[in-house]
Parts: sequence; structure tokens; C-alpha cells
Amino acid sequence: MSEISIYSTAADMSAALATGVTTSVELTNAHFERIAAVEPAVHSFLHLDQEGALAQAAHVDAERAAGKKLAPLAGVPLALKDVLAQEGVPTTAGSKMLENWRPPYDATVVAKLKEAGIIILGKTNMDEFAMGSSTENSAYGNTHNPWDLTRIPGGSGGGSAAALAAFEAPLAIGTDTGGSIRQPAAVTGTVGVKPTYGGVSRYGLIAFSSSLDQAGPCARTVLDTALLHEAIAGYDPMDSTSINAPVPRVVEAAKKLDVKGLKIGVVKELLGDGFQAGVRQRFEEALEELVKAGATIVEVSCPNFDYGLAAYYLIAPSEASSNLARFDSMRYGLRVGDDGSRSAEAVMNLTRHEGFGPEVKRRIILGTYALSSGYYDAYYGSAQKVRTLVKRDFDKAFAEVDVLVSPTCPTTAFKLGENVDDPLAMYLNDIATIPVNLAGIGGMSLPAGLAPEDGLPVGFQIMSPGMRDDLMYQVGGTLEAALVSKWGKTLLSQAPALGGN
Amino acid sequence: MAAISREDVAHLAKLARIDMNESELDHLVSELGVILGAVARVQEAAAGDIPPTSHPFPVNNVFREDVVRPSLTNAQALSGAPAKDEERFKVPQILGEE
Amino acid sequence: MALTYDDAVAKYEPTLGLEVHVELNTKSKMFCGCATEFGAAPNTQTCPVCLGLPGALPVVNAKAIESTILIGLALNCSIAPFSRFARKNYFYPDMPKNFQTSQYDEPICVNGYLDVVIDTDEGPQPFRVEIERVHMEEDTGKSLHVGGATGRIHGADYSLLDYNRAGIPLVEIVTKIVAGTGKYAPQVARAYVTELRDILRSLGVSDVKMEQGSMRCDVNLSLAPIGSGTLGTRSETKNVNSLRSVERAVIGEVVRQSNRLEAGERIIQETRHFQEESGQTRSGRSKEQAEDYRYFPEPDLVPVAPAAEWIEELRATLPEKPSARRKRLQEAWNVPAKEMEAMVNAELLDVVEQTIELGAEPTRARSWWLGEVSRLANEREVAPTDLITPAQVAEVITLIEAGELTDKLARQVVEGVISGEGSPREVIDKRGLKVVSDDGALMTAIEAAIAAQPDTAERVRGGNLPAAGALIGAVMKATGGQADAAKVRELLLKHLGHN
Repeated sequence: MSEISIYSTAADMSAALATGVTTSVELTNAHFERIAAVEPAVHSFLHLDQEGALAQAAHVDAERAAGKKLAPLAGVPLALKDVLAQEGVPTTAGSKMLENWRPPYDATVVAKLKEAGIIILGKTNMDEFAMGSSTENSAYGNTHNPWDLTRIPGGSGGGSAAALAAFEAPLAIGTDTGGSIRQPAAVTGTVGVKPTYGGVSRYGLIAFSSSLDQAGPCARTVLDTALLHEAIAGYDPMDSTSINAPVPRVVEAAKKLDVKGLKIGVVKELLGDGFQAGVRQRFEEALEELVKAGATIVEVSCPNFDYGLAAYYLIAPSEASSNLARFDSMRYGLRVGDDGSRSAEAVMNLTRHEGFGPEVKRRIILGTYALSSGYYDAYYGSAQKVRTLVKRDFDKAFAEVDVLVSPTCPTTAFKLGENVDDPLAMYLNDIATIPVNLAGIGGMSLPAGLAPEDGLPVGFQIMSPGMRDDLMYQVGGTLEAALVSKWGKTLLSQAPALGGN
Repeated sequence: MAAISREDVAHLAKLARIDMNESELDHLVSELGVILGAVARVQEAAAGDIPPTSHPFPVNNVFREDVVRPSLTNAQALSGAPAKDEERFKVPQILGEE
Repeated sequence: MALTYDDAVAKYEPTLGLEVHVELNTKSKMFCGCATEFGAAPNTQTCPVCLGLPGALPVVNAKAIESTILIGLALNCSIAPFSRFARKNYFYPDMPKNFQTSQYDEPICVNGYLDVVIDTDEGPQPFRVEIERVHMEEDTGKSLHVGGATGRIHGADYSLLDYNRAGIPLVEIVTKIVAGTGKYAPQVARAYVTELRDILRSLGVSDVKMEQGSMRCDVNLSLAPIGSGTLGTRSETKNVNSLRSVERAVIGEVVRQSNRLEAGERIIQETRHFQEESGQTRSGRSKEQAEDYRYFPEPDLVPVAPAAEWIEELRATLPEKPSARRKRLQEAWNVPAKEMEAMVNAELLDVVEQTIELGAEPTRARSWWLGEVSRLANEREVAPTDLITPAQVAEVITLIEAGELTDKLARQVVEGVISGEGSPREVIDKRGLKVVSDDGALMTAIEAAIAAQPDTAERVRGGNLPAAGALIGAVMKATGGQADAAKVRELLLKHLGHN
């Protein structure tokens, strides 16, 4: 094995730790050094927890030295999207509303990470309350795409994806409501998975849209993602929507490297003119690799996907308008204008005015409207019916094929500031990822190459039937191996150097 | 059908308890008009007799036993409070009722 | 000239609606494991869930579902094969999430009824109150308003919030429109709430104490001219904290609304607050523009679909209905309705039944509890059941029946028990209160009395039986009141030639 460094995979780091080639403290320090070097340019992180991370690293090293049996990823560092509650650590959801809020409890995902001995380096930047596709809606400044610092890293989980692409961490946790793990993965050349809805606990995940949100694993390789997936997934009695079934064997699937006999469906509606030429090209090339590897490609039609974006931009804001009502300055978070001259109501209204950014306010108002008396049937009610139709399209397709595929998003990373004033244009980024959330099935994005016209990463999306997450890892792992073999190197090794090397 | 009036937006802002200044209201009226225009098409698709989906996978009866579990301490509960007094959350005077 | 209640009901037809909220007595809260016990220090029974912290999620308490189904079954409702939780969205500082997790268009129990009996001019009449729905929801936190003149919200400087009660399971029972009560609206309302309370108590799902807030009643009332066939605008009256207040609130609203209508003013749809002292209602929050709660199905919870077998199992555990039990006991004891009513009103039916079950003679059991024990309790301003137990009363009665105590002596024994001197037997021994029933001892005392009053004895021999009273009195005095007066009389008269 070549020398272990921040450029290694989590799997390699894990092996090195197990054989004593390195220690978790060494690895953790190396990552903090890297972070210090590149953060001024990238700004992935909102908070760094050196003290906590190093204490955890030392603890894991001690346990290992004492001969204790440790989980596979014990001692490996990770970046945590700032939407998950971590006890005693500032958790902001990218919003001024929660500036310096330190939760008195851990999210289940965080508890599982700690239990597995994974080292949480810090909290990553995100679009405020997970609403956005570029991380430009963060109240704490932009994150920059390591491939081109003038471009967006995707959103809402741009911080986590950028941290991976900048080698600030080998593992990250994101959350995905309409594509917030997959789209950032696509534009940063990394891997991101939204598990089947209910596969990973939402307890402690600051809610955006409850029936769509899922936390998921992010890394630079499919295998690393699978290892992290198994560490965080599983039934949680604290989450009533949690699936009470064993975690699918995704690590095993990721190692299969074989798709012989699998039928892969290309969704006709997710390949039109709205998709950048270079994106389509790399997508087609990836399909060829899968054919070479023994899969059959079939075209399928999912006509109701055309309504997916509209349904999503009714359901998500509606649920959000209710989920964000708790931010009223009474019990925690920002409080503005409490100088004795105002009533609680006035302080509440003023605080919500100051504490929420424009996109969040826009969605709250939209959601309030969609749920309001007289409009419910036309908007929220209709959107829930579209959801049924989208599900039916998936069910019909999965009766014919094992997985469905598409480009993850229509374009490569756009420039910072390009779409900020055009909400609809911004929303179009999610057109291919949204149907997956509406149906609650699993979705993965992995790198398909660089677009010829701009040299920026293109993402390949794999969609697997509900509770068959293993299928996307099987296909993804096989594709990744084929592409890396074709390129002769990994995609990320072609990213521009940042900071000191 | 997509148009939304300024009064509507002002009313919604009140329902959502968010202060809005004139300029914000103006922007919202036009932005929401555009967005509503785009999303209103769900009504075409939903024309038939289609049941709504609230949860992706239909599961019923998820319960917990009636067993007491440890609560947060008073200090933990109040740890994020902008203001507190006598072990309680202190908030400005509440109008509303009466 | 202001209308009285009687004037009002002569012209107007009242229509009622009653909403009752019940706090369930589960050990933990509706959606989390925090304890529900009363009296804890502020904010020590909260967690991320009931505090509404970012990221928290609810999980339904199985016992709460069970209790709600039992309530529905006891109220003759259909149990919905499929019901859902919904979010009721509105802002108020005592609501941690600024929405209440409740039920909306898919409640767990629907279409039931409760039969009551009310006293009318034509005697007792049955009345059926139809029930629209029974559903589950959660309670709010409690706010303390500080500053201001009255400690009420207006003029308060600030408020202090305690969320210990946030998330306590509540069941809401809503009647359908209650029409056709005529002038008996107050009695129907009261009888309904009373019977409901008794049923809930018999189910053991709540301690239903109105004064403590574990059962709350909101009274909706509207008036329409008799025979008009229309419905008037209704008001909602809250803060109705006792059965008596239910009745008075209805009366108060009928009077208020009728006087407004007579004056040509319209009734405003609003929430009013009942004032205990005056029996009037005071205007509260205007409901002119009904709140838009923006209900939608709760995405964090899955539907409730109770299995038919489970429902039947629960149905089999339903206790005897209070009204049926009263009827059965009345027949078994052969007791007039008025006396039955007295026991029920004084809440003594349970202890009387227990006393009888322990072997006491039924008539004595009732008269002791309703009579002497209640008198002593009123003097001390406590409940009769706080003073003495059914076992102790049964013991005393058994001793009377066995001739070991007279009624007079028994009263002293009871007083001794209440004062804490011990059990009835112990009091008798300590105070030496046993009845003198030995014939020999009595005869000695009788002969002494005759000897002391020969003329009186002669009159009795001659047929003047009432004159025996003086002789009996003398014997009682001689025995320190411990002779059985009836026995003395019997022996005396026999001795003087009357059998």
C-alpha cells in the first residue's frame, strides 16, 4: 500500500490504522493541517472541533492499543453537515436563527458515528435550512468548488462535498431532500448517496421537509460510501418513519464489481435539451462501460416525472413552513428586539424577519399559501397525488429493470452568483434528483468524468427500488472501477491543487 | 390563476409570523407569482381519482410502550434560552387571549 | 326590561355543543417518554421532543391509543379502521412546535352517543346526546404572567414558561349539535358532562378532576327564535371548571344572547370566559375570522389502524356503565330514586356499595354514610371518605346488628374512630361502650327503677304504656346509657304484665 495521507481512501486509512501504519491522532492532525491550508479558499466548514476530534482520536487509538475490537471506520475522520445535532457543538443549519446554538443532545446518526469511533472534525456549510442548490443561501458565506473556486459546490450540502473534493476529510455526512447530497457530489466529482427513505434515522436531523429528508453517506469512492452507509443506517425507535428491517448489505454489493445480467433503465424524460451537451456525452459513455460489463440498457418512460419539480416545490415548502414555525425566539436561537417595548408576538415577527434569509422566507410563504384554507386541494393536495403518480412510474419501470439511471443534474457547476436572482432557474438543478425523493427510493451520484467543454465534473445518477440500496452500490462500484480503469487514474486526482500540497 | 396579490402575501406573512417591509413584499409578490405559475400544473396531473401519498412506504401502528425515560435536566432544557428566570423560559409579554 | 332565563327560553330555542378535553393518566407523555407526574420542578420533565427542539421527532404512546379506544367504545362510537395524526398550525409561546399534533379529518372514534336522564316538569326524561368524534392530541406548556395588575396577561411585563405539561396526552370528545333541549339545556349539559366524567372514571383512563384541569369543558351555544328552523351564531365559553359551572354557563349565555337579540344586536362569534363569581361570561378572543390552521397529515407519524381483534378484546374489558350500575344497585337495594340521587351527588355510592359488600345491612349502610358520617364530615369540611373507611363503618353496623351497640353508642364509637382512637373494637374497649344486654343486670336495674317510682309502675300496670318512658329513662341513667333501650322496654313491660 502506498503511503497513507489525506489523499487516501477511507478504506485504506482504515486498513492502515488496523495495522498500525498510522494512528488516528496522526490522521486527524494531518486533516486539520490540510483544512487550515485550504479553508481560506474553499470555506467548507462553519465550525472546527479540534479538541473534541483529537480527544476522540486519542480514545480510539487507546482502545485499539488495548486490543479492543473496533468498527471498520474507527479512527477515520469525517465532516458533518451542520444540519445534524451534535451535543455541545454549534449547530446552525446554515442560519442566523441558530447562530451558536449548542444542542443538548446528539442526533442518532451522530451517536452512531461516535459509537463507531469515527472522528468528527467539524460542521460543514450548507444552504440555510437545507433550502438551495448552491450553498449560496448560507448565512455564513459561500463555499467554493475545489475544481474552480469561482463556482458553486452544489447545495444544499456544498460544504460536505467540497470538504471531500478538497481532501479535508475522506468521509462526510450530508442530507438529501430533493438532491442535496447527489447534486453537490455530481458537481464536485465525489460520491453521494441518498438511502431509501427511512433507512437512516432522522432523529436529530433539523427538519426541512419531513417526508422527503434523508441523511446519507458521502465519500470519494463507492466503497468508502458503502462503509459509511453501514455505519449510520439502521432502525431507530426514536423515528417513527424508520424502517424496521436489517441494513442492506451495501459493502458486499460495492465489492461485487459485476453487473452481468442486470437490466438498466434510462429515463427518457431525464435526458432532454435542458441537459448540457458534455453532461449527456459523459453519461452515454458511462452507459457503454456498463454494457461492456455485461448489463443490458433499456429506455423507459416515466411521464409523470415532468410534474415532479412542481410537486416538490409545493410539498417541501409546505412541510418546511410548519417545521420552521418552532423558530420563534422563545426557547432557543436568535431573539431580536426584546427591549421591553415589544410583545412576544412582535419579537417573534421581528426575529423571524432578521433570522431567516430570502430563500427560506420565500418557501415559508409559498408553503403557507399551499396549505391554506381554500388552496389546499389545488396545491398541497394535488402535489401529494402527483407523488402517487411518480411512485407508480417507478413501480412500473422497476418491474422491467433492476435500476434506473440518468445524469445527476443538467449542468456542471455554474458560477457563484449566476442563478441567485432566478429562483426557478435554481430549482431546475434538481429536476433529475427530485423524483427519487418523492418516491422515497434510493439514489446515488458518482463521477462520470469531466465535461469536455469546461473540464468540470459530471455526475451519473443510479436509482434503485425502495430498500434495495445494494443495487445502486453494485452498479456504482462496477461503473467506478471501469471508469477509473479507463482513465488510468481517479477523477479527483485531476482536480487543481489547493493550498500547500 | 397564478397571480397572487399583495394583500395575499401580506396576509400570509402575518400567518407565518414574519415581518416584511415594503420592498420584500414587492419582491415576493412577483417571485411567488412566477413560482406559482410553474407549480400550478400539478392540478393537471392530479385531475383523476388518485389517492394522495403522505409516506413513501405504507406502514401502520408504530408505537412505543408507556414507559418513563429520563428527561433533560432543567439546565439542559434551558441551555439555549435567550432569557430565563426561576427555572423557566422568560419571554416578553404575550398578548393574544383576553 | 331585561329578559330572565325563563323569558329567554319562552322565545328562543337554545342549541348546544360541548367539547370536553380529558388528560389521560398514562405514565409517559403522548409522543415521548417524559414523566407525567404532577408537581415536578419547572422544566424537569422535558426532552428534545416535547420541547420542540430542532431535529426532534414524535413516537406515539401505545397506552394512549388504548385509552382513547376504550373511551370511544364506552361512548358507543365506531372505531376507525384507519386514522391519522395531523398538524394544527398556529403560533403561541406555550406551544413548543407552534403546531399541535392532533387529528383532523381522520379521527380515531366517530359517531357515538351518551344517554342521560334529566328532571323535567313531567318527571325524569331520557335524552340522547350524540357524539361526533373522539380524537387524540397533546397538551401545551403553562405560562405564568408576571407583572401587571391582576397577574393576567394584559399589562404583564413578561411571561415565564414551563413545558412540563407540554405533550401530556389529551383526548377531545366533541358532541354533535345538541338540539331540542328547550329550557332544559343547562340540565342536559350538566348531566352529559357528569355522566361522561363517571364513565371516564370507571374506565380508569383519567382522574377527571375538573377543578384540577384534568377534564375541561367548553360550552358552545347559539339561540334561534322558537320555530324558526334556523341556527343562530354561536359563542364558545371556556374556563368552565365544575359541573355546576357548566349549568350556569349555559344559563348565563342564554340570558346574555337573548337580551342582545331582543335589543336588535347581533351575536359575535367569539370565545368567552366564564366568570365563577358572577356566573356571567366575558368576551375573550374574537373568532370572527376563523383561524386558518392549515391542517395537513403529520409526516413524522404513520397511520393508526387498530386490529379488529384488539378492539374486541378492549370492548370485553369495558366496565359496567355507571348508569347501568346505578340502576342495578337501586333495584337490588330497593331504594327510592331521591335517595339514589343523594348518594350519587354526594359521591358516596362506591363506599356504600363497598360497605354492603363487607357484610353491613344495606339500609343502615346508606343511612350511616348519608347521615352521621356526612354530618361529621361537613363539620370538619372534609369528604366523608377522608374520615372513615367502609370496613370501619361495616364493623360498627355489624356490631349494632348483633346487639352489641345501640345507635347512640355507635355514634360515640364512630366519633372515637374518627378521632384516631383506633378501630371500632379498640374504641369500645378503651371507652367501655359495650351495650349492657345481660338480662340479669337489666332486671336488677328495672326492679330498682320500679321500686323508686312505684306510682309510675302502677300506672303502667294499669295500661298507661307511655308512662313507661320515665322508668326506662331511669334504667338508662343507671346503666350509663349502655342499656339497649328497646330491650329494657320489652323486659319492663313484661315484668309489669304486658306481653
